[in-house]
Parts: sequence; C-alpha cells; structure tokens
Amino acid sequence: MNKKVNLKAWALMLPALSLLIAFTHWPTLKSVFRSVTWAKSDMAPSQFVGLENYAMMLDDPVFWKVMENNLWYAIGTVPTSIALAIIMALWVNSKMRFTGLLRLAFFTPTILPMITVANIWLFFYSPNIGLFDQLLQMVNIDGPNWLGDPDLALPSLIFMTVWKEAGFFMIFYLAALQLLSVELYEAAKVEGASAWCIFRKITFPLLMPTTLFVLINALLNAFKLVDHLFILTKGGPNNASNLLLYYIYETAFSFLDSYYAATLTVVMLVMLAIIAFVQIFIFDRKIHYR
Amino acid sequence: MSFKFHIFSKISAYLLGFVWILPLLYAFWAAFHPTEYATKFDLFAPLTMDNFVSAWDQAPFLSYMLNTVIITTLILVSQLFVCTLAGYALAREEFRGRNIAFALIMMQLMVMPEVLIVENYQTLAGLSLVDTHLGVGLPYLASAFGIFLLRQTFKTIPQELEDAARVEGLSGLAIIWKVFVPLAFPTYLAYSLVSVSYHWNNFLWPLVVTNTEASRPLTVGMAIFGAPESGVDWSVISAGTLIAIGPLLILFLIFQRRFIQSFMQAGIK
Repeated sequence: MNKKVNLKAWALMLPALSLLIAFTHWPTLKSVFRSVTWAKSDMAPSQFVGLENYAMMLDDPVFWKVMENNLWYAIGTVPTSIALAIIMALWVNSKMRFTGLLRLAFFTPTILPMITVANIWLFFYSPNIGLFDQLLQMVNIDGPNWLGDPDLALPSLIFMTVWKEAGFFMIFYLAALQLLSVELYEAAKVEGASAWCIFRKITFPLLMPTTLFVLINALLNAFKLVDHLFILTKGGPNNASNLLLYYIYETAFSFLDSYYAATLTVVMLVMLAIIAFVQIFIFDRKIHYR
Repeated sequence: MSFKFHIFSKISAYLLGFVWILPLLYAFWAAFHPTEYATKFDLFAPLTMDNFVSAWDQAPFLSYMLNTVIITTLILVSQLFVCTLAGYALAREEFRGRNIAFALIMMQLMVMPEVLIVENYQTLAGLSLVDTHLGVGLPYLASAFGIFLLRQTFKTIPQELEDAARVEGLSGLAIIWKVFVPLAFPTYLAYSLVSVSYHWNNFLWPLVVTNTEASRPLTVGMAIFGAPESGVDWSVISAGTLIAIGPLLILFLIFQRRFIQSFMQAGIK
C-alpha cells in the first residue's frame, strides 16, 4: 500500500520536477562545468582549463565595474523602495480622501512592462527637450545629460527602478497594516503618544516580517531588473551603468563568449545563494510559514 | 505642529501619486497630440489619432500581440496543470523524499530562469526550439511560486472533504479536479493574474530566444520599435506604447480591486 502511494505521489510530481530540473538545476550545474572549460570556437571541442576563466575575470576591469555598480544599484534601490513602500501604504491606509486613486497611481507601474515604459522614461531623461531638463529650465538651470553623464546614468536607472517596484512592495505593507489591531492604536492614543512615536514603537516593529520579506525581494530585484538598461543606457556610457545580468547577456549574445558568460553566471548564482542563505538561516527563524 | 504635519503629509501624498502616474499621463498626452506638442504642454493643442496610425503601420503589432497572447496562455495553462499536481502531492501525500523534492522546487524562487539565459539558450538550440512559442514558454512551464501557493491552499482543505469524495467513489485525479480545484479557486485566480502580468511583461528571455516576427512578443517588439536607430518620434513611440500596454491596462483598470487583492494574497502566503 505504502509503495503504491509513493508511486502516485512521484507521478504527480514528475511534470513539475522534470521541468524545473531541466531549466533550473541542470543549467545551474552546466554553468559551473562550462565555467571551467574553454574552446577556441563553437566548433572546436572544449577543454578543461581549471580556474583560468575565473583568473581572467578577476583581471577584467569591466567585471569589477559591474560588481561595484550592482552594489550601488542595490544600495540605491533597496532601502529607498522599502521606505517609500511603507510611506505609501500608510497614506493609502489612512483616512484621507482619494486613497483609491492614490493606490491606483502607486500600483500602476507594477503592471506596466519595464521595457515599454522605459521608452517614456528615455524621453523624460533626454537632454534639453526631456521633461526633467525642461522643468529645470523653468528655474533657469541648465539640465544635465542624465543618461550620457557617467555620474548620473546609474542614479537615473535607480530612480526608474524605485518607481517601478515601490508600489508593488506597498501592496504587502498594505496587507500587513490591515491586519494590525485597532485596540493597540487606541491604547497608544489614550497614552498620548505622538504619531511618530506610534509608528516607531508599534507600527514599524509589527511590520518587521513584511519588511524582511520585501527586503529579500528587493535584493533579488537588484540583480534581475535590467530590462530598462536595454532602452536607457545599454550599460553605458563606458560601462558606468552596466549591471551583472546585463553584462552576462552582452558577453553571451554580443561578444559570443559563452564560457566567460558561464563564469559570470556562476558569480550571479553565488550572489543569489548568499541571499537565500540570509533568508533561510537568519530571517526564516522570524517568519513562520505554516 | 500636528496639523501642519498632516497638511504636509497630504500634499506629499498627492504629489507623489502624480509623479508616479506621470509617465502614463505623458504617454497619453504625446500619443493623442501632433508631434510638435510632444515636448511642449499646451492645453489647447489639437487632438489627433495619426500617431496610432503610423505606429500601427511601422510595426507588426498584431503579430506581436498574438505572440504575447499565445505565449502567456501556453505558460499559464501549463503552470496551472503542473503546479496543481505537484502542489497536491506536496500538501496531501506522504512519501519519502518529500522535503528534498520541496526544497529542490523552492530553489527556483531564487534562481529564476532569467539568470540562466546562457545555458537555457544552449538547451533550446539543442532542441531546435529557438524562435518558437514553445521555446519562449518552456523554462516557465513549471513554477515554484505556483506550486508553493497551491500547496499552502491545499493544506487548508479539510481531510473530511477528501474522505467524503473517496466514499462517493471518486479517486485520484477526480478528487483533485472535483474537490481541490474548485475550493482553491481564489488562489488560482490570484496566481493567474500574477502570472499573466509577469509574462506579458517579460523581456530578457524572450529577447534571447526569439529572432523573427514568428515568435517575438510585444516587449521585444517594442524594444526594437523604440530603438533610436529606427528613427521613430516620441509621439509615435507613445502611441505604440499605449497599443502595447493597452490590453493589460484595460484589464487592470476593470479588475483593479481583484488585481491588487491577488498580489496581496499571493504575497502573504
């Protein structure tokens, strides 16, 4: 009997497991294998080269630039998106008027394709005629070339990313806020606590599980949200706004070097593994799934 | 102090809301006005539909949209089927290796197919599926997120219902289909909305694996359409953008509440 049940369960699991193994686990392993091999061309047989690809990577200034950019991208997007998401949720959950419209406005970027709205942002950022520069001209400031200036290209991407993801994270805070008990707040008001004090001592701590969940998602986004690069900067100028996933794409499909692309992919996988590790061993002790 | 703070807070809220919706408002503005008004705001600018006409003429939107619909549908149908079976097994069946299987599945939450474009492209090339609808869909046909959501939902369905169905003479797949699927309907709806908006908007993998109009979805088509090299002006790009996001945007505006609740529900699980 027991054995029959086992077979049935595995039969039910089979389609999902085989698809996931074929397109997640197997390619993960293959990336590792490919990263320690090299071939002169696609036709030539590949040979084992040990850690040579990794040595080359460590000597590659673009790799270091990309890693540094990704770090700034994470620092620029993660805390800002989280803070904005909390503020948005508090607004939408408050008693002010037009909260329905506000919620709609904040959430809409979530369902718009990044790549398509990037075309609109390209106009906002374009020098002189773009919206931002036109606004600056109103106060007599010569606007910069947002995407062409190496110092401003990455911050411009960060700004658009925050716009894209903050409303999405707001939803989770909104869900959490609606579950908080009203009595707690009434008690705090009776005690005469200020709004800021209530937020700091009650709301924020109670939102902690949501914040951790959102934090993990924001960190993942910092590695995988690169669609807008294709329209806005293509990683430029001179790699000033290039990010790891975009560099992997360039290496594999523009420079046609699948061995080095695999090596970079392994670095990406290590980054994701670190995030997973943080989630499982540090945070999951505090968030409980049933 | 408190009063001033409230006023300040309200003004900032509406201001931020305006900023957040501005790109969309601009797209509407530029798309419905002649090109010379794309970069200057004038309340009395004449309205026109010309931009939509030229956008429609300059790119094969119909095939792009058809491709997007086919790919999104293919992925969704497969996901619902595959995730139901696995979700049921993980929630209701006792078997050795269950925890390992679950852990293996959950790995996909972290390692999304986008990250593995290099190897997955090689796999697709090996299968001669490059530039096909199936090729674009293949890495997404099973979803760890979908399995997880359904597992959580199936766990809450009382054992008595399953036993009763068994007494009625239903077995195996019939129980899943007649008992579990209907009871988990809100989860299916929530997951479907999340999945459709994800795949309608997905870009990187479709870019890698499509070469022609035969399989290219809207997102990839729009990237080519909007490229500076193609010399299209802002008004036409805006019109194209609205054509591309139109179907999903209309769906979203009609089912706004449902959409937001679905994302919430999918998130809290």
